[in-house]
Amino acid sequence: MDKMTQLLGWVDDRFPLTKMWKEHLSEYYAPKNFNFWYFFGSLALLVLVIQILTGIFLTMNYKPDAEMAFASVEYIMRDVPGGWLIRYMHSTGASMFFVVVYLHMFRALLYGSYRGPRELLWIFGMFIYLALMAEAFFGYLLPWGQMSYWGAQVIVNLFNAIPVIGPDLSVWIRGDYVISDATLNRFFAFHVIAIPFVLAGLVVAHILALHEVGSNNPDGIEIKKNKDPVTHIPLDGIPFHPYYTVKDIVGVAVFLIIFFAIVFFAPEMGGYFIEDNNFLPADPFKTPPHIAPVWYFTPFYAILRAVPSFAGTQVWGVIAMGAAVVVLFFLPWLDKGKVKSIRYRGPIFKYALTAFIISFVGLGWLGVQPATPLYTKFAQFLSLVYFAFFFLMPWFTKLDNAKCKPEPERVTG
Amino acid sequence: MNTLNIAKKGLLLLGMLASAAAFASSEINLDKAPVNLGDQASLQRGVKTFATYCLNCHSAASMRYNRLQDIGMTEQQIKDTIITTDAKIGDLMKVAIDKKEAKVWFGAAPPDLSVIARARGADWLYTYLRGFYRDESRPTGWNNIAFDKVGMPHVLYELQGEQVLSHEGGEHGAAKLTLDKPGKMKPAEYDAMVGDLVNYLVFMGEPAKLKRGTYGIIAMLLLFALFAVSYQLKKEYWKDVH
Repeated sequence: MDKMTQLLGWVDDRFPLTKMWKEHLSEYYAPKNFNFWYFFGSLALLVLVIQILTGIFLTMNYKPDAEMAFASVEYIMRDVPGGWLIRYMHSTGASMFFVVVYLHMFRALLYGSYRGPRELLWIFGMFIYLALMAEAFFGYLLPWGQMSYWGAQVIVNLFNAIPVIGPDLSVWIRGDYVISDATLNRFFAFHVIAIPFVLAGLVVAHILALHEVGSNNPDGIEIKKNKDPVTHIPLDGIPFHPYYTVKDIVGVAVFLIIFFAIVFFAPEMGGYFIEDNNFLPADPFKTPPHIAPVWYFTPFYAILRAVPSFAGTQVWGVIAMGAAVVVLFFLPWLDKGKVKSIRYRGPIFKYALTAFIISFVGLGWLGVQPATPLYTKFAQFLSLVYFAFFFLMPWFTKLDNAKCKPEPERVTG
Repeated sequence: MNTLNIAKKGLLLLGMLASAAAFASSEINLDKAPVNLGDQASLQRGVKTFATYCLNCHSAASMRYNRLQDIGMTEQQIKDTIITTDAKIGDLMKVAIDKKEAKVWFGAAPPDLSVIARARGADWLYTYLRGFYRDESRPTGWNNIAFDKVGMPHVLYELQGEQVLSHEGGEHGAAKLTLDKPGKMKPAEYDAMVGDLVNYLVFMGEPAKLKRGTYGIIAMLLLFALFAVSYQLKKEYWKDVH
């Protein structure tokens, strides 16, 4: 035995290193028919790592102080060697995190990846999405620009709409009567330690749940149903390592080309990734005429604005916005289809999914526009479509079952 | 066929939304600023104008004087032509103006200009700096087509002269500025000077912009190489998957 094998044996006697390597990589059998949509899980992990690493370096020079925060970001952009690159990677990473996660979630809709036995996997994923929204929200205050400030003001004020405790609750969240230094300090604490800690734990739970039940695939059938009688390895499965590690590296290369093209050539992305107004320092006495959240929140923001106040309170919009996120948790139980994958679903599901995607993208677009009466009508209509997709799902998926195509026994190309 | 129909309807809806958007935004037309960060002579003329006319009331407190070396100036040139205070070469471009007093004078403290080009955009600055006109209803006697009721007086009026505002075809017609009293510069000269100034403001907003394009091209080449190698590797490994 050579020295390395000896060392490995020594470790394995004390820690399940080889066991974990096998369980999660070299003997984790993934379906061999993953397509384009299956790159986004590993890419989400990559972006998380990028955010944590660049975040650590930003923290070394950033000052969470209302007097110094804005200038400290410019200090990073100018005087810290490579600081501009780190900062742009972090700001681009924030948006790309949502791009990747939205595509990852869309994949689940396409192929029914949220369906049993993967309900918990989906729920962990939804909690990751919630944590990600919190992380993005807290982080967006830190540059202390006008949009940072007023965006946070608008969101925290939403809590005012909650009956009885609302106003006290929003003061408690801010630590002051307006967004102030106290708010900046606590948001910094949430952004750099509390939420990332939760996020990391949830990601581990998400992956453990995935490896327990096994990956779904574009055919939406269980590869564990067809195992080799001798080896008990799924006939349609291939070891994650090396097959999907080498494949995911190709995905990583393509992703990084897009990612760094943005970082180097268009870091503001036309004002969508970094808003123009955020280059004006926060001013509590000057409300910008048009406050728009960053693009990844705009579908929900559009729903918030679309709901009119009723019985003297605006809480309904807040409830609708919350419901728009929460309803996603129930997907595994709303879907009554007998097949999982869109490949074998009937036409009703395809129409419904198309309408849903149009409503989500449309609401996202409306969320960055000023709320004119015409736009509000559009937003109301699209909000109805959005919720109809979920609330009618138990019925349309059942109706759709009559026109389902038969699922194959084994995975197809 | 059906999916195609849905897609068509979706596109139609989006088209309607987009045309509604075009209708909703009716702001003033901005003139295109002649920004060219590769033109060092223009940037150097721009910073001189900036130091002479802006850097008395406005700070650029994120910018260091010696960063002007990025646009081809030597330390000696910076000391001789840009720094007019006792500031050191490595100092930030700060001003001595008292913010509270300035607020009394102008209604608002003059904003720091370090990243103004990123907040406002080059075209807006170019339009604004050429858009002052006489308005006796204002405390300073000046107003601006890009910034109604602006607090800043027209600092460059000696150069540009005095413009007046008129509306073509009645009250709500298109706003038009005409030169009432000519200044020391011809309109074309003044536009060129403002163009240089805006060019400089764009540079100052993000000095790293000068090199990030070059780094970007190197990064792209490396990443395309990574793609090529990883793709071949993947193909090799996947040969035996059927």
